[in-house]
This record gives sequence, C-alpha cells and structure tokens, in this order.
Amino acid sequence: MRWPRSRRAGQAAATSRFRLRDLAGESLAGLLQRPGRSALTVVGTVLGIGSFVAIVGLSQTTSGQIGRQFSALDATQVTVADTAASHASVPTLDFPASADQLADRIHGVVAAGVWWLVQFSRPGTSALPGGSKIGLPVTAATPGVLTASGARLQSGVLVNQFQQRSRQQVAVLGSLAARELGITGLQNQPAIFIGGQPFTVIGILHSDQRLQQLNFGVTVPASTALRLWGPPATDSPAQMLVHTRLGAAKVVARQLPVAVLPTNPAALTATAPSSPAQFQHSVTKSLNTLFLALAGVALVVGAIGIANTTLVAVLERAPEIGLRRALGARPRHIGVQFLAESTALGLFGGLLGACLGVATTLAVTIYHQWTALLDPRVVLAAPLAGGLIGLLAGLYPALRASALEPADALRR
Amino acid sequence: MSTAPLSMAPPVVRLSSVGYTYHGPPPVVALQPLSLEISRGEHVAIVGPSGSGKSTLLNLIGLLDRPTEGQVEIDGLDVGAASERERAAVRAGHIGFVFQAFHLLPHRTAIENVMLAQVYADQPRRQRYSAAMTVLAQVGLDHRAGALPSALSGGERQRVAVARALVNRPSLLLCDEPTGNLDTTTTAELTGLLAGLHQAGATLVVITHNPAVAVHAQRTIEIRDGQVQADTAAGPGGGSGALAPV
Repeated sequence: MRWPRSRRAGQAAATSRFRLRDLAGESLAGLLQRPGRSALTVVGTVLGIGSFVAIVGLSQTTSGQIGRQFSALDATQVTVADTAASHASVPTLDFPASADQLADRIHGVVAAGVWWLVQFSRPGTSALPGGSKIGLPVTAATPGVLTASGARLQSGVLVNQFQQRSRQQVAVLGSLAARELGITGLQNQPAIFIGGQPFTVIGILHSDQRLQQLNFGVTVPASTALRLWGPPATDSPAQMLVHTRLGAAKVVARQLPVAVLPTNPAALTATAPSSPAQFQHSVTKSLNTLFLALAGVALVVGAIGIANTTLVAVLERAPEIGLRRALGARPRHIGVQFLAESTALGLFGGLLGACLGVATTLAVTIYHQWTALLDPRVVLAAPLAGGLIGLLAGLYPALRASALEPADALRR
Repeated sequence: MSTAPLSMAPPVVRLSSVGYTYHGPPPVVALQPLSLEISRGEHVAIVGPSGSGKSTLLNLIGLLDRPTEGQVEIDGLDVGAASERERAAVRAGHIGFVFQAFHLLPHRTAIENVMLAQVYADQPRRQRYSAAMTVLAQVGLDHRAGALPSALSGGERQRVAVARALVNRPSLLLCDEPTGNLDTTTTAELTGLLAGLHQAGATLVVITHNPAVAVHAQRTIEIRDGQVQADTAAGPGGGSGALAPV
C-alpha cells in the first residue's frame, strides 16, 4: 500500500466548488430524505397555487360563456309588443300601416317591421290546389321585418314596399318550408296555396334565419294577410322587430311607442335587451376578488410552511452542515443548497397546484357543459410562482444555515 | 505566504504563537499561545483530559475555527487570516477529517458518503465512483459499498469515515477521538488501519483519550488547561517536531 503523493504543497489553494449538477443532486437527496415531511410541506403551496389557477380558469371560462350569450346582435334588437291587442276580446292590430316608416324615423333605428303568426284552424298550405295540405307556420310581415332580422336569400327577392302596399299575393319561403313543399327553384314562378288562396313564391331564404318561424314557414306581406284573414288573433298578437345601431337600443326603446302610435302609446310595450351579462360579470368579479384573497392567504401559509420546514431542517441537519463545511463547502454552498431545496419544494407544489387547478376548472366546465378557457401562460406561470415562493421562503433558513460555524455545527 | 523551495518541503502544519480566547465577559483562554510544527509523514497523538483545549487545537489545525492570535500554515499556506473561500479550499484538498460521531449521512450508502467529499473538492464526476471504490478497498470495505450506515457496525462506519477522509488524497488526516464510540476489538482494528496508513506515508494527527491508540503514535503532545505539558517522541522513528511554548 503506497501513500499517494500529496497535492499542491506550497501552492496557492484552488477554490472548492459546488457544481450545478451536484447542487441538484444534493438538494433532491435532502428532500427525499424525508418524503412524508416534504409532501406535507407543499400542501399549502399546492392549495394556494391550485386555487389561483382554478379561479383564473373558471373566471375566464365563465366570461367566455357570457361573451357568447352577449352578442352584438342581441344588443341591437328591440321588440315592441302589442299589449293592448293581447288583452282585447276581438282580434285587433294596433300598429298603423305606416309603422315601418314611423319607426325608421327614429335616430338609431336601422330597420323595423311588424309581424305576426297567422292562425289557421287546420293545416292550410299546399303546393297544388286541393293537394295534400301541411301545417306550415304562416308569418304575416311587413318588408322591414326581413331586413331587421337580417334575412338572407338563397334565391329570388324579398317582399318589397310596393307588394306590401298593393297587397299582392306573394310569398317568401323558408328553406325548410321550400323542401317540404317540393319547391327547388323559382324559374317556373311556382305557386303555393294558403287557405285556398294562391301565392306566387318570389324568394327562398337561407337556413340561418334568426326568427325561427321564417325558416320553417311561409312569409307573406302583412297587408295581404290583413286583407285575406283579418287582424292577428288575440293569442298571437302582432309585434314589431327593430334593429338598432349598437348602443342605441335603450334610447330607441323609450321612443318607439310614442313614435309609432302617438295616439295611444300605452298600447305598445317596447323591450330593450337587458344586460344580464353585466350584472353576472360584476357578481363573478367580486366573488373572484374574495377567492383570490383566500388563495393569497393559502399561499402565504404555504410559504410559511416551507420556511418553517426548511428552518427545522437546518437545525436538525447542523451536524451535516458542519461535515459539509469540513469537507470544503463554503458558506454560500450551504446556503444555496437549502435555498435550492426550498425552491424545489415550491416548484413541486406549484406544479401540483397547477394540475389541481386545471383539473378543477375542467371538472366544473364538464359539469356545466361549457367550453373550458384557460390562458396557457397562467398554467406555465403557476409552477414558477411556486418556485419563487419557495425561494423567498428559503432565504432566511438558508442565511441561518450558511452562518453556522463549522466547529459549532459539528458539536450539535 | 511562504513559498518554500522545492528541495525543502514546508511542514504540513506550522503553528506560530497560536492562541484561542473566548471573548465576552469574562474572556476565557481556551488555548495558551503555542508554536508547533508537524512534518510530512508524522503520526502525532494529542492527549489530555476533556476541556484541556485539545479539541480547540484540532479545530484550529483543521481550519474549522480561526485563532484569536498567531499564524496557522497548512502545506506552507498561511490560512489563519485567509478568506473563507481559501480556507474551504484547503479543507477540501489538504485535510481529511475523522470524527468521533462518524458523521455519516444516514440515508446514503457507504460509497455515496465517501463520494460526498469529492463534490466540494471538484473531482470530475466520472472518476468519483472508481476513486471512492479504491479507498473503500483500502479500508477493506469495498464489499459493503452499497450498504446504508444503519446496516454497518460501528467499526465499519468509522472505516467508511476514514475512506471519506482519504478520498481526496489529503496531506493531513485529522482524527478527533476516532475510537470514542468503538469497542475494544474495533478500536484495535481501526488503530491498525491508521498505523497502516501512517506506514504508507500519511501524516496523522489523532486526538484521543485512549492510551491504546496513543501508543501507536511516534510523538505524543499532552495538553492540560490550554497549555502543552509535554511533547515527547516515542516508538520507532521518533518525533521530529519542535515545540516552543511562548
């Protein structure tokens, strides 16, 4: 057995080192020494980060749902109900013939029209005189209705003011109604029979109508319907559909009854779109603030937990610290090791918390059959936030550890 | 810092008027100023009752503490007043420690405990395992390399600690009561191991209560009440140290 030649006698000492890979290895080993304690330590961070991610995820998801309901089209639609007619004993129509034009004069109105569903006691529409009849809804509408509802044509034209004024027997078919009646094109000027009266089909609508009955049924000029079948029945009174500019709906709604029916404005009731979305938003916002505060408390508790555990570990592992110093560790090597341990705890807690938060968001979303919306940056930032918390929590214990005198530490 | 010529290697340890006083009222003198040299290849035993100051002396030689006066040189490097960075480097590269309490990390195997010393001495990672295995073989424990300290006997644990102290090829092996926690049989085993290391050329400083351990040393320094009482050469070879109480 030969004693190896000792090194570097008389030379300046090289510095002792603590390489990154060694740091990672030593810190991980330190954490895994007491896996149970490490796991308990991260619970606070997991809960804090988890609730943060879940709150952000849920509020983003719900505001996404609100956004979907709250479309610009809904916000620009005003309906005017013929309240007096629905309470009358005989069928009445309170809207004047010139209602479209009167409403159009209001500043902010884009288009307006009156419509009602014509009531038949028996199915009354057929493609041939005396042919098999089907119960298609028949809508009596002024030309303004088609414009205000944003109707789009598949082929042909819409009912115009001339046809309305001259009470022509023309009809616009919904795409589904056209299929039911076997009408595929307008080249041969097809006719249909409603309650035995012939109507010329002048247009076929696209299948994306916002007024559902336009899709399924037949639309005829209101004036023609009035001439043939009288005013609307009391159980389906006429109403006015008004398309306004964005933001004008409320003001327009206030003016409409007076403008359309100056002699008896009380007969009409205008309804502007309420904004439940705004209300809902303010509720979720204040709830969010509360939950964020709670999550913040959980995070602080988590940080204190990490700080406490690391401090206990420093005191417990004093002999180990002394040994490491004797083996050549510098104070900063000791400090950085404990800092790395607490940071890893925080990082791990953040990672678990992010998973928990995403899972919670998904569970709630699936339960409500919503579409989950979660900013990926939030999910990525969560573990980093956890790591930062761990780093801050470890500062004081690490300082204590690095300040231990090796001779003292070895004696403990 | 002394730069000795190559032909005349500096002593491994040179203390010049080194003393240690605990400050704060009232000041307590733990070690009277003393001067001491330990040459390469010496086997020195430091004996004395507890509280005599021998642990203080060992801490000063091992750079675990700074003297309140005087100069400490290790391998010709003046380290008494050096920065912590330099002192850590000297501890890592020039000194190996063996403690009474072994100080093995409980959750690491024998070889992992040995390899811990290589971390701070910046040994290349690839060479660590084979170097650690070599020293474990040197102390006769290569067959227990994968065992946790709890599975090792007291004597085996202390041999792992010796292997850890040796793995960075230090100039000086400092042993603080190395047999304090061992029974008679394992004490004999360990003193045999230390004697073998000395014969192979190691410089050993051993603090001990145990006369059976001290008897193997070439030179015995007796300390009482913070003062050197005797510095005697004994056994084959004899001591070559110089002592001059101030």
